[in-house]
Amino acid sequence: MELELTADQKLFQASARSLLEKDSPLDRLRRLEVGEAAWDRASWQRGAELGWAATIVPEELGGGSVSGEGVRDLVLLAEELGAGVAPGPFLPVNVVLAGLVAAHGTGPDHSATIESLAAGEQVATWAVYEPGGQWAPEAARVTATPTGEGWRLDGTKDRVEAGLEADLLLVTATTPEGLAQFLVPTAAAGVTTSPQWALDLSRPLAEVRLEGVVVGADALVGTPAGTAEVLERQLQVALLIQCAEMCGGLEKMFALTVQWGFDRYSFGRPLASYQALKHRYADMRTWLEACHATTQAAAAAVQSGSPDAPLLVSVAKSFVAERAQWILQDCVQLHGGIGVTWEHDLHLYLRRATSDRALYGTPEDHRRRLADLSSL
Amino acid sequence: MTTAETESVESFRARARTWLAENMPRLDPDLPPPALGDDDEEWVRARELQKILYAGGFAGICFPQEYGGLGLTLAHQKAFTQETAGYEMPVQLNIPTFSIVAATILDMGTEEQKRERISAAIRGDEVFCQFLSEPSGGSDLAGLLTRAELDGDTWILNGQKTWSTSAYAADWGLCLARTNWDVPKHRGLTMFLVPTTAPGLHMNRVKMVNGSREFCEEFFTDVQLPASAVVGEVNDGWAVASRQLFHERNAVGGGSPYVSGLAGRPRALGGQSPFTIARATGRAAEPGVRERVGEWLAVETVQNQMVARVSRAIGTGALPAPAASLLRLFHAEAMQRGTDLAMDVAGAQVAAGVGTEEGVTGRAGVAYLSRQGASLGGGSSEMARNQISERLLGMPREPAADRDVPFNQVKRGRS
Repeated sequence: MELELTADQKLFQASARSLLEKDSPLDRLRRLEVGEAAWDRASWQRGAELGWAATIVPEELGGGSVSGEGVRDLVLLAEELGAGVAPGPFLPVNVVLAGLVAAHGTGPDHSATIESLAAGEQVATWAVYEPGGQWAPEAARVTATPTGEGWRLDGTKDRVEAGLEADLLLVTATTPEGLAQFLVPTAAAGVTTSPQWALDLSRPLAEVRLEGVVVGADALVGTPAGTAEVLERQLQVALLIQCAEMCGGLEKMFALTVQWGFDRYSFGRPLASYQALKHRYADMRTWLEACHATTQAAAAAVQSGSPDAPLLVSVAKSFVAERAQWILQDCVQLHGGIGVTWEHDLHLYLRRATSDRALYGTPEDHRRRLADLSSL
Repeated sequence: MTTAETESVESFRARARTWLAENMPRLDPDLPPPALGDDDEEWVRARELQKILYAGGFAGICFPQEYGGLGLTLAHQKAFTQETAGYEMPVQLNIPTFSIVAATILDMGTEEQKRERISAAIRGDEVFCQFLSEPSGGSDLAGLLTRAELDGDTWILNGQKTWSTSAYAADWGLCLARTNWDVPKHRGLTMFLVPTTAPGLHMNRVKMVNGSREFCEEFFTDVQLPASAVVGEVNDGWAVASRQLFHERNAVGGGSPYVSGLAGRPRALGGQSPFTIARATGRAAEPGVRERVGEWLAVETVQNQMVARVSRAIGTGALPAPAASLLRLFHAEAMQRGTDLAMDVAGAQVAAGVGTEEGVTGRAGVAYLSRQGASLGGGSSEMARNQISERLLGMPREPAADRDVPFNQVKRGRS
């Protein structure tokens, strides 16, 4: 949470909130049937019209941000969407855009794709995880083999968010020249997508099989030599979105639990009058402030392109993902049995936070990365 | 420099950089980690360094000009502190001299007290301490038993204080005493400025588990004080103490504008971080050790980010003053996590030193022994949790058996 917002940012925030309330009330998420889509194109399109896929895209490529600081606006939006456990491809589309924009000017031109993603006309997602694997994008077993005119991709990706709904996949693959990324249409011959069970009800996942998928030379994103840098940018944006949406969700659930503490009486007094419980609220309040502090500091570093940005996004992810679990599980405990029922909202947030904790590096992964970055 | 035209932060920073390079002694990176703050020579050195800062026009950056300071902003102070990295600084004077005692005198003192005491501290002539806690109770400060009685124009002070940090090195202490026993506890207290050399004041140093002797205890026997020793109003000493506690939380949490220079690594780690220990023990390649070092780096970083965020928010009014307790509570948690991680990383070697020396790993073990100091000093973490839940979240206050009861009717323990 930014301590001070401009009038434009407040408007941006309010427009996101009202669209969310209209299109994606929490109860809708709770009532989803097995196999029913969590979001539809029309609602994503409405979000894109409000700028949900434009913040980190330069104006000449069809983007733009309300404050002039795109990463800050992205984080503001992610908090708002996190507060509502919003379904929709916000994270994958923005992460793919981060990669395409970072690679822009090197390798084949993807301006048209960037523009159509920013406008919400197409949906893209990052295919980076592989079955059975932990976070190790540099160790892709999916291969891309030069064919003379283009590339042939083979292998399997999983935990691909919105993989069934997406038009395009950003596939991280190993080439004879090292790691590279490719934009592959899901409709291409040899691409098979199938649904994968997902803990977060609002974020459908898919497994993607690539069997002799042939793409042109223009499918390459950037160059193999520049891929590490582009991957870092994608990771930074993914982590910022995760941290910010966890902060937004925590803020909402903590407020709900504080209110519960005032409203719920036992032995003739409110829960909030018991010191044992007040002290837990105090811890949660403190952790929540620290989550905001580290998320905002990471956002500022990514916004300004600071050399500390890789370090600070890992600090934020390792901290926020862990404290989010502490806070949310304590919210459940303070609610009592109702906190573990399907009818209560808490599990929707706990699903999102647990899924965010798991993907794009766990706290343990990021702690090891911090040791690497600090030259231990 | 006049207040009419305040120097820009960047100009001040540039001037400070040049001046520091020409005047301030460099820190010797090969010297052993800082001592435990109980060394007399260290205090002599601190006064010398403060005199150098004063002579150069870089002392008391955020204190008003009329009391010997520069009257500049927190941004100027922060810039200066950043520039002091690598230089010797009188960091011992930060807490409590400048950030608690001088800050409180500035808020609550008489014009004479402000002119004389604050400027003397800024010049490097005087060091301050606090006589607050008593052996009869820690968290219940207002329940103290030290008494001051008026005899003509002279106050006569009797009683006992403890936990006064580095009082042995100080010239003056802010002492809270009971001046009216017929009213509820908060309403019968008065704050006094007491010279540490006053006849009838006897001081001992208290040895801690880590060997430190920085804390003192004092016995007051018929110590005589003039009427001008009173800070704030007679019987309104709690208002003064509240400012002290506010400044203390702010300072301990790292959000004070009166702190100049960085204190280096947290003292509870004995100058030894999990990072250093991982290298010293040859365990840097173990994934579990790398995770712990990474966690320590993250917690340390978040601690700094938290200080920056919350102190800025208190400054702008985005958060109310009791939010300083967030810093107090998180600081303790971060310090203790660091202590625990250091012990984890030291592993089997924490139980032994190198030959007859405690060495890096032995220091981690000793630091672990005083781990709880982080959640006790400067008000316990439990008190911080009360503050946060009651003052920030608006939850009901703890019932108190002494509320609105004249202090002479309040039940006390046997000691």
